[in-house]
Amino acid sequence: MFRYLAQRLIAFLPTLLGISILVFLAIRLVPGDAIVAMLGTEAGMLTQTQRDALEAYFGLDKPPLEQYVSWLGNVVQGNLGFSVRHGAPVLDVILRRFPVTVELAILAMIIALAIGLPVGVLSAVRHNSVIDLAGRLFALIGLAMPNFLLGTLIIYVLSVYFSVLPNAGNYVGIADDPLRNLGQVLFPAMTLGFSFSASVMRTTRSAMLEVMGEDYIRTARSKGLREWRVVVRHALRNALIPVVTIAGVEMGYLLGGTVIVEEIFSLPGIGRLALNAILQRDYALVQGVTLFIALNFVLINLIVDVLYTLIDPRVSYVRKG
Amino acid sequence: MTRFVRVLLILLVILGMSSAAAPGLAQGDNVLIMARAADTTGLDPHTQTAFASFRLLELIYEPLVTSDADLNIVPALAESWEFSDDAMTLTMHLRQGVTFHDGSDFNAEDVVASFERILDENTGAATRANFLSIESIDTPDDYTVVFNLSQPDVPILGAMSSLNAAIMSSEMIATGDPANEAIGTGPFILDEWIPEEVTTLTANPDWWGEGPYVDGIEMRVIPDEASILAALRAGEIDFALLNDPLVATLITEDSGIVLNRAPAIAYHVLQLNAAREPLDRLEVRQAISCAIDRQEVLDTAALGQGRVTGPLTTPAYRVPLEDLFCYQRDLNRARELMAAAGLEEGFTLPMIVASAEPPTAIAEAQSIQAQLAEINITVEIETMELSVYVDRWLAADFDSAVALNGGRVDPYTMYARYWTRDGNLNTVAGYIDDTLDELMARGRTETDPDARYEIFAEFQRHLTEMAPWIWLYTDYEYTAQQPYVTGFIPMPTDSLYYLSQVRIER
Repeated sequence: MFRYLAQRLIAFLPTLLGISILVFLAIRLVPGDAIVAMLGTEAGMLTQTQRDALEAYFGLDKPPLEQYVSWLGNVVQGNLGFSVRHGAPVLDVILRRFPVTVELAILAMIIALAIGLPVGVLSAVRHNSVIDLAGRLFALIGLAMPNFLLGTLIIYVLSVYFSVLPNAGNYVGIADDPLRNLGQVLFPAMTLGFSFSASVMRTTRSAMLEVMGEDYIRTARSKGLREWRVVVRHALRNALIPVVTIAGVEMGYLLGGTVIVEEIFSLPGIGRLALNAILQRDYALVQGVTLFIALNFVLINLIVDVLYTLIDPRVSYVRKG
Repeated sequence: MTRFVRVLLILLVILGMSSAAAPGLAQGDNVLIMARAADTTGLDPHTQTAFASFRLLELIYEPLVTSDADLNIVPALAESWEFSDDAMTLTMHLRQGVTFHDGSDFNAEDVVASFERILDENTGAATRANFLSIESIDTPDDYTVVFNLSQPDVPILGAMSSLNAAIMSSEMIATGDPANEAIGTGPFILDEWIPEEVTTLTANPDWWGEGPYVDGIEMRVIPDEASILAALRAGEIDFALLNDPLVATLITEDSGIVLNRAPAIAYHVLQLNAAREPLDRLEVRQAISCAIDRQEVLDTAALGQGRVTGPLTTPAYRVPLEDLFCYQRDLNRARELMAAAGLEEGFTLPMIVASAEPPTAIAEAQSIQAQLAEINITVEIETMELSVYVDRWLAADFDSAVALNGGRVDPYTMYARYWTRDGNLNTVAGYIDDTLDELMARGRTETDPDARYEIFAEFQRHLTEMAPWIWLYTDYEYTAQQPYVTGFIPMPTDSLYYLSQVRIER
């Protein structure tokens, strides 16, 4: 098992390297450099000497290849570089923002599973009933409603009808005030969780429908097991694999930050950090955040693979024989 | 399942413990909580040009002079000043008893050090271009500074009112780090700046002026302006900066929120690149000018929130719009001009637009597109991210561009960059002629206000007739506040300097 994990991790290294090269090139090939991003049209008032001075300040005075190699050398030693705009090391900036994103992602995932799984199971068990129809309608709405609409609606209802807005740009960490923090993260998590619960519901439903037709379900029933036990222990467990797969992919996305929801609810998460880093051409930060997000994806993938073995004993990464 | 929940709870707790401590909020009844969508991009007042940075730094740093709500130059760190009769020297008498936030005294040495820093090319101060006529600076005593100029330069006074000419302490310039600390003389002291989250300021008890009347300011970033409005409605914030007229106009009188608006001096403009065909032909540019109903652009893009403008936007230099070329839409004349240019069949005009900068940019372009279609000009709108747009704009790599350009208190400082032969942005302007160059040169040296007005009135008439750009309108700078916030004076420059006069009277 560990041997397998180690192999997988090593196999990911070229992927991460490729991503870092791609991002390095992309951000430099986009028109508009850090100086233009900072000064706007006033950049046109600079003399060449002034431009050179600012390039040196932003660390852009060296040839790109040299910039990349020295950056990579630092990354290997755990130093992601320095964000000129934030006046702090890139890793510090990321780690300051990451807890917000993790909390949001986990809460959104809990909400999605708490809604999606039972509704999906119920829809499959009561196939083509009113419950099924209602469940499918719910899924349709969830998939069709964009985050920015739902988020804005929630904010509108809260502020206009209840005169409250849990987060008005004053996010507090969960350690400082857990209750207020939960209030601030709950609504954005609901926004994210609602749309994802729809995919969970649909995946669960179709997987369950497939499994319910299997021979071993009939066997279980003929043994005289109670119906809920058949559904939960025999059917659901076997139907979980595709659900875990999409949940893993979704978790990867959520941990990469959810720009729109973070913007609407003013949460200082990874998504906004990445967006602003790109808009400001904060090269070190863009590279750092992207690498960090890529690493998250890789790790989530691994966790999903491990979860497979827990759900389905037939899946095993240990070499047999 | 319960085990799953327990594991998650543990995870959440671990997460909480690892999350960084929240900023030490100076929360109290007398702290003004304000919000805005864009954050400061840096702390160095000499190199920052973003409006969002100005809004913070103008509370911390002060220039020698500043402008009031009517855009007159009024004292700040200088109590009085005078030009010599030939406008070759400018003498500043400094305010006494002013201290920097670190306790050190403000005197002539700091003024000299600050201007030397701006003029030093290694600083990268974009505003340096406005101060090139400074030949030397004398300090007859600790509180008098004499700027010796290489040529008569009246507009230099207006340029000195910019935050980009703010005074830093000479010690900070010598040994400090202006990019990461802010030590000024202004009404508020910077406590902490957490980028993209919150900035906290405390009142400067030793400020030379009257006030501040609040204990501090908590300046939050709420990236979505609709959410800022929601925060105002929910009573979570006291004061807000708004950019988008479509959001600002949602604040109605019965909502219990006070909307302030000040006529802006920044102007919305359609820039034509007269260096490119067929825009190099005067008739074509004039035809475009005659074919565009400026009021209609204003009405469709900004719900009529603003006023149609000529090139100069400060009240002191405005001319009657009917004196300007084709400010009444005249389609027949536009078609005649197109015919005179041999272009009755029309042509395709690419137009670059920055997405959301300003928020009305795309709507402006679409209104122009619809109007120019009537004289057979097919406008192709190219929307792009701001930095990409600015990159192409600076390289004059466009046929036409919808822009929101900043205004200045002084007309010379505002336009020397575009409409003089050696202006830094003359290639971006795409057009120059002897009349413009000469009028600008005269406007620079003329000290008599009436004569100066005449020079710049002539400049505007000529510029609109040559129609290198089509000036559209100026809109408003918006702020919004709870009714219990009093004393704020909205400024045409959008400056927040008057937060020093604000009181919270719940």
